[in-house]
Amino acid sequence: MLREGKDNYRIPSGCAICGIFNKDGRRISGSSIISAIEIMHARSNGLGGGFAGYGIYPEYKDYYAFHVFYDDDRAKVACEEYLNSHFDIVNLSRIPTRKHPKITNEPLIFRYFVMPKTADLISSQLDEQEYTSSCVTAINWDIEGAYVFSSGKDMGVFKAVGYPEDVGSFYRLDEYEAYCWTAHGRYPTNTPGWWGGAHPFSLLDCSIVHNGEISSYDANRRYIEMFGYKCSLLTDTEVIAYILDFLIRKTGLTYEEAANVIAAPFWTTIDRKEQQEREKLTYLRNTFASLLITGPFSIIVGFKGGIMALNDRLKLRSMIVGEKDDTVYISSEESAIRKICKDLDRVYSPRGGEPVIYTLSGGGTNAY
Amino acid sequence: MPINYIFPQFEILRDQTRCIKCRVCEKQCANEVHRYDDDYKIMIADESKCVNCHRCVALCPTSALRIIKNPHSFRENSNWTSDTITDIYKQASTAGVLLSSMGNPMSYPVYWDKLLINASQVTNPSIDPLREPMETKTFLGAKKHVIKRDDKGNIISNLSPQLELSTPIMFSAMSYGSLSYNAHESLARAAKNLGILYNTGEGGLHEDFYQYGSNTIVQVASGRFGVHKDYLNAGAAVEIKMGQGAKPGIGGHLPGAKITEDVSKTRMIPIGTDAISPAPHHDIYSIEDLNQLEMSLKNATGFRKPVIVKIAAVHNVAAIASGIARSGADIIAIDGFRGGTGAAPIRIRDNVGIPIELALAAVDTRLRNEGIRDNVSLVVGGSIRSSADIVKAIALGADAVYIATAALLALGCHLCRTCYSGKCNWGIATQREDLVKRLNPEVGYQRLINLITAWNHEIKEMMGGMGINSIEALKGNRFMLRGIGLNQKELDILGVRHAGE
Repeated sequence: MLREGKDNYRIPSGCAICGIFNKDGRRISGSSIISAIEIMHARSNGLGGGFAGYGIYPEYKDYYAFHVFYDDDRAKVACEEYLNSHFDIVNLSRIPTRKHPKITNEPLIFRYFVMPKTADLISSQLDEQEYTSSCVTAINWDIEGAYVFSSGKDMGVFKAVGYPEDVGSFYRLDEYEAYCWTAHGRYPTNTPGWWGGAHPFSLLDCSIVHNGEISSYDANRRYIEMFGYKCSLLTDTEVIAYILDFLIRKTGLTYEEAANVIAAPFWTTIDRKEQQEREKLTYLRNTFASLLITGPFSIIVGFKGGIMALNDRLKLRSMIVGEKDDTVYISSEESAIRKICKDLDRVYSPRGGEPVIYTLSGGGTNAY
Repeated sequence: MPINYIFPQFEILRDQTRCIKCRVCEKQCANEVHRYDDDYKIMIADESKCVNCHRCVALCPTSALRIIKNPHSFRENSNWTSDTITDIYKQASTAGVLLSSMGNPMSYPVYWDKLLINASQVTNPSIDPLREPMETKTFLGAKKHVIKRDDKGNIISNLSPQLELSTPIMFSAMSYGSLSYNAHESLARAAKNLGILYNTGEGGLHEDFYQYGSNTIVQVASGRFGVHKDYLNAGAAVEIKMGQGAKPGIGGHLPGAKITEDVSKTRMIPIGTDAISPAPHHDIYSIEDLNQLEMSLKNATGFRKPVIVKIAAVHNVAAIASGIARSGADIIAIDGFRGGTGAAPIRIRDNVGIPIELALAAVDTRLRNEGIRDNVSLVVGGSIRSSADIVKAIALGADAVYIATAALLALGCHLCRTCYSGKCNWGIATQREDLVKRLNPEVGYQRLINLITAWNHEIKEMMGGMGINSIEALKGNRFMLRGIGLNQKELDILGVRHAGE
């Protein structure tokens, strides 16, 4: 596998990102997100595209859905042996794809619905999510030629090397229905052409699409690796995903608090706040100082029951939000939103460092 | 005996056509080099006493003076250098340990000069600190990651005591006694004005300076000079000095000549006695004892002040720092082998310890590998010479730096390396009243403010160039550094790649 990160080289990239979220939980097909990201074709260069959908597996919603790339059958055998010894697999299949002239060199792409083996889970003394995420890390790190690129419940990531609209068509996303879709078109400066390098990048239910190049990368990486994460891909997105997993799932911060860490307000802004708010922001910024992310970024984070959009604190990347009835659109460019919804109730550009968070009206946000 | 003759190191060139015989040089030189010759009606010099401190040169109204290295030499020998030969002559006549001052002057590698800093091009923008916010505020102290909330869900701050710095620079430990009153006043006032901290060293705190307590680190060293409850509580933090980069393994030296009445009162020792601190703390013979002293100091200060443990950079520094990070210390200060001193045995200064760059990289890596980097903050010194060194230190993993030699240079020090003589012509490392008054604290504190302000500007420019707008995003960000002319082992220890990679 022409894997990124292996030669210790880091690959910067520009990008397009896009997201659709239905607050009422209504599920829609992948056609509109493909149509939206397609119009930002020029923001990608054909070296990576991908999507995440939430609510796509209602029939298996209590199981972890693992999407896995394999280089060859040998990797598949090794990985399945590992999965069988750690999980009960209730369903396994190839992920359905459609032949596409622009999507080539595809690896074997499989899907497993799994649940940790009860006895192993208990003896590991880990909670279910920690157990599962450490297994995912183990596969990605230890099994040559196998890469788990999606591991959440009732959600899935679909990605490939190619333009995003072609990737969407390849994975037949028009046949899936989700209450939340995110999409990404990648513009890396260079890449060996590895499918795993495309976005979204995900860990358990949390998925990230990202545009930008963070200047704090190695400060963030070296810090987060203290907590058992291994940044093997050397991409900004990977480190952001781990940071969010650490802050939210492991530390118990809310998404808003996590945003106050990674895109912390300037000290001059903090100093102007009311005392309680000031103390909280100072505490978060000081305690998690090494998780401040600098340099340009816009990210859309998908999670169970919600979506968060966030810009770096100087807003060095474009990102715009549109609302129509119960639906929220987030995009690098307004054109993508207008393409699928001409008549918006509201359009606004979130300020740098200001998290935009939407959750299902029925609740269920942050329900890790 | 003629073999005792050591030729003067320096030659004083006096342009007699310029000299107006004003005798300023004579009055200014505490070493009594210059003298007016009544017979010949000219100024003459005893060069054997000259330390090349430039005081006479700087004050000569007609620029008649120049001091140069004496070209007189032994027969050239790469092995037996003239310093080595003359040191043997000195020891053969005195049976003494040779003393010197300030940092290691030998030509060991300076790793700062073999590290290069990154800048943004195309894929991400550089940031202009004149037009955008650029933050250098730094907190020092242990960080805990366990979030506590009240019943309303609000976060309860459970942070250990922290130090807040406007920029990650502090004035390192220099005692009152080794330095003059005016030098200390300059440091204290500058620290307060700048929103940073200075450090008392092991000489206690003069009662006049208690007013700068919130910008003061009070030191507890093996001699316990000047340590009492009020002293401990006067500062913003307490530093336990285990070692010093200039002389790892031995204690402090302050010659009796510098123990004047005021110094004696502050140190709580008799006037005129040599103040020789023990090599170890006699209540710390191992790591478990260190914890007890930390706890004693924390108890004495009501757990309101962070405790700093300062060590010299020695071979096993990473393991030692790891032990300290688990001992209850809030901050570890590491002093490299080029760090300055008021007095140290030459052999120790020049041969013991390791460069701070390597020590810092090794410690930061070790603490991260063990997952305990946030137990402590790391402060490094010895020697930080410029804002570029600071940027490199922080990118290697330091939270902040200590500067001392650079601060003294700002006050007028000319690095003549004879602080131990107590005859500092610049009024810095002396207790002689006539000399002390040459350093005007009003001027001195302003020059220190200027230096730190200038460096802070430069740090911001370099950060902006890298696309980083807050100092914490630079900390440990080793991707921003590349080595130049380093071998693979050095690169591995520093955790950086070679330029071009």
